[in-house]
Amino acid sequence: MVQEAKEITIQTEPFVLNIGPVHPSTHGVFRMRTTLDGEVIVDLEPVFGYLHRGVEKLAEERTYTGVIPLTDRLDYLASMTNNLAYVIAVEKLAGIAVPERAEYIRVILAELQRIANHLIAVGAFLNDCGAYFTPFLYMFREREKIVDLFEMLSGQRLLYNYMRIGGFNQDIPEEFLPAVRRFLRQMPRFINEYERLLKENEILLARAKGVGILPGEMAINTGASGPVLRGSGVKWDIRKADPYSIYDRFDFDIPTGTVGDCYDRYRVRMEEMKQSLRIIEQAVRQIPSGPVKTELPYLIRPPKGEAYGRIEAPKGELGFYLVSDGSIAPYRCHIRATSLLNLTAIREMVIGWKLQDLIIIFGSIDITMGEVDR
Amino acid sequence: MTVSLSGSEVAQKIAERFPQAIAEAGDEAILVKSESLFEVAEYLRSNPELDFNYLNHISAVDYYDYFEVVYLFTSLNHNHSLVLKTRCYNRENPSVPSVVRLWQAADYQEREIFDLMGISFEGHPNLKRIALWEGFEGHPLRRDYL
Amino acid sequence: MTIANPLINLVRYGQPLPPDWPGGFWWHWLVFTIIIIVFVLLLVMGYIWIERRGMGWMQARRGPNRTGPLGLLQPVADALKVLMKEDLVPASADKIVHFLAPIIAFIPVLLVFAVVPFQNGALLADLNVGILYVVAISSVSTVGIFMAGWGSNSKYPLLGAMREVAAVVSYEIPLVLAVVSVVLLTGSLSMNDIVLAQDIPFILLQPLGFLIFFIAGCAEINRSPFDLMEADSELTAGFHTEYSGMKFALFYLAEYGEALVMAAIISTLFLSGWRGPVLPPWLWFVIKVIIVFFVMVWTRTTFPRVRIDQLMALAWKFLLPLALINLIITGIEVLAWPEGWQWVMIPVNIVIMGVLILLWSRLSKLGWGRVEV
Repeated sequence: MVQEAKEITIQTEPFVLNIGPVHPSTHGVFRMRTTLDGEVIVDLEPVFGYLHRGVEKLAEERTYTGVIPLTDRLDYLASMTNNLAYVIAVEKLAGIAVPERAEYIRVILAELQRIANHLIAVGAFLNDCGAYFTPFLYMFREREKIVDLFEMLSGQRLLYNYMRIGGFNQDIPEEFLPAVRRFLRQMPRFINEYERLLKENEILLARAKGVGILPGEMAINTGASGPVLRGSGVKWDIRKADPYSIYDRFDFDIPTGTVGDCYDRYRVRMEEMKQSLRIIEQAVRQIPSGPVKTELPYLIRPPKGEAYGRIEAPKGELGFYLVSDGSIAPYRCHIRATSLLNLTAIREMVIGWKLQDLIIIFGSIDITMGEVDR
Repeated sequence: MTVSLSGSEVAQKIAERFPQAIAEAGDEAILVKSESLFEVAEYLRSNPELDFNYLNHISAVDYYDYFEVVYLFTSLNHNHSLVLKTRCYNRENPSVPSVVRLWQAADYQEREIFDLMGISFEGHPNLKRIALWEGFEGHPLRRDYL
Repeated sequence: MTIANPLINLVRYGQPLPPDWPGGFWWHWLVFTIIIIVFVLLLVMGYIWIERRGMGWMQARRGPNRTGPLGLLQPVADALKVLMKEDLVPASADKIVHFLAPIIAFIPVLLVFAVVPFQNGALLADLNVGILYVVAISSVSTVGIFMAGWGSNSKYPLLGAMREVAAVVSYEIPLVLAVVSVVLLTGSLSMNDIVLAQDIPFILLQPLGFLIFFIAGCAEINRSPFDLMEADSELTAGFHTEYSGMKFALFYLAEYGEALVMAAIISTLFLSGWRGPVLPPWLWFVIKVIIVFFVMVWTRTTFPRVRIDQLMALAWKFLLPLALINLIITGIEVLAWPEGWQWVMIPVNIVIMGVLILLWSRLSKLGWGRVEV
């Protein structure tokens, strides 16, 4: 009887759904060919390259300073840290020392950029969860303040092109540091507001806890970095493990998750915002006066050799591998792209979950297609 | 601080296991012959003192006589790193063994090097173009393209 | 012994229902049809305005403020824009099904208002099975939505339509059970009688029933946090992806129309309909309908979305047992409570509701996890 009953069930077959390059919730132009069995995802094939602009080839034809605007457009939501990674790589290659004041300003700008990036990351994650733009707009309200600070410096709101090899071009205006102090006074209240509204929200816990688990071993093996790696329980932050600039003078913690699900990555980002505020506070207190740029020739020619300079960008480890042959342009500029490597594990994270979970998991990794495709 | 291991020290260890593998061992990097790349990489990963479990990046550079593929490994537990290089002298059909079975991080990066530089990786399960479309002729990142 | 107010019978036989119209029955029908159509269209436009401005206000921005003073003409602008768009039909769509779907989705909205009382005795038809008629007719719009998903011959609308049917069918049961508890308190299925029986509004006497009805109602009309059927960030636009022009306008109208229907039913069943102290009764009705909708907008802005299997688990494992228990307790109270002490039931019911909800949320686990592939 049971055997006959089992044979009368309806035949089903999986179908291929193309979550195409133009879609309201993929962060950029990214295509996923998913094979669905009902609502459950059976297979996933990511296809990218829609935003490939040939940045590495373009960099070979520009001077070392001329590559800086190209690096802005990699992770276009976190331009300052892109610039910083490239500039640190060139300084390592050419052996250039940076004045103290410039180092402090770099740290302040990098941490402000980290807060701005995490605000968008968490806002977009919650938007994918379905909270109809409310957390997104609340976080944009704070990001506007940071963007105003950056506009005071560079005149731009998104692609700053501000760091230079050997420091900065001009000193910061007088209104900048008081404005940063004002921002530091206001921000903790807003972070508390987000925590109050979101941290224990039943529906968010039901959607994000236990979903899209990336085990620590697999995270290390697939080359993940940043909040994705730390959310899986691996305590690895380049600011502590391999300090660049003057990060070893500051006192801050590294938040780590336990399980590696979407909720842990979200918590890691929220805690990192608080730690960044700590760093900025210390930097603003300790900043000395002095010059902000070193004397360099107009077109620098680093000696023959190669160098790999990396920083802890908001999304992970961003590195530049530069090869120089003594001329004014880099011989080879290879970009170690954070989002590309964070994306490697997506197939294992997603299989077995449903279509709605795919959107959430993808949102929690926090990808910017400018970095993936370059 | 992540200690950048000196090439000569590690080269000695490798030379004990694989005597033919090392071509050159400088201060910053180890140059390995491309046939023995996979065994050396496996040894680097499994040796408990070295324990390189994290692949930072794979790059390829086109010096006109040869292609050079550069690997950077890091050990998260011991906090040291190592640069490994290999060269392929064949200009028409360069080929290097793939390390995808050891570190899955190599998956997309090797595909990208195949796409833009033309170096094919033996043993890679899915070696297709990644940044350019199927049917594109040529490999743009080579120095003699345009 | 029922708790129904003995004054009902006095009111019922003191005034004839329906009132005496010159020309008799047909004039009554014509006047009320016009009233219902005007009411629905005006309030739907008001709803669109409340939603956009209310949501904007809660999201730290202004809503529409360019079209007319305070953005009041925004719904008119929306309607004009949608009417002027080209009507695209996908080439491989099923033409008849694709054409009929918006009509079938919209018509039940108007039909339900035939039994909703605007004032004492002022309804199109005082059916003595009023609430049963409402429940039956409001399910027909699901067929329209499924036809839209099917007739579009495309994967995203089909996914949306499948989810829709599953969700609506699951949430009918707790909805109806919450209604049955109200009917037990009233003693009659007629909507007018239900309003007349509410000396104490039933939201106080039936807090658990109100919550169940509100949640199930939000799920039926695809409002957040249950709006996965038209989830903007996942399925582009769900079942109405392939619609444009007047047909899309009908779906848009149908969505807010159903919200209006649900708000009208809630205010009739639980908030004592048109009753209130100083203002004219129909104004009270409009005020209550607007307040209920404002609460719906509030929940939409605040909560993220649930997943489809969590949605089903919420209906079957959480709301259904609670609705059954609520029904049993209401039955016991109706039989055993002495007349005249009705207000004591209020704190008792609130305590019971609190205990049950806490208990059930500990015991039930919503949704599956990862499926082995």
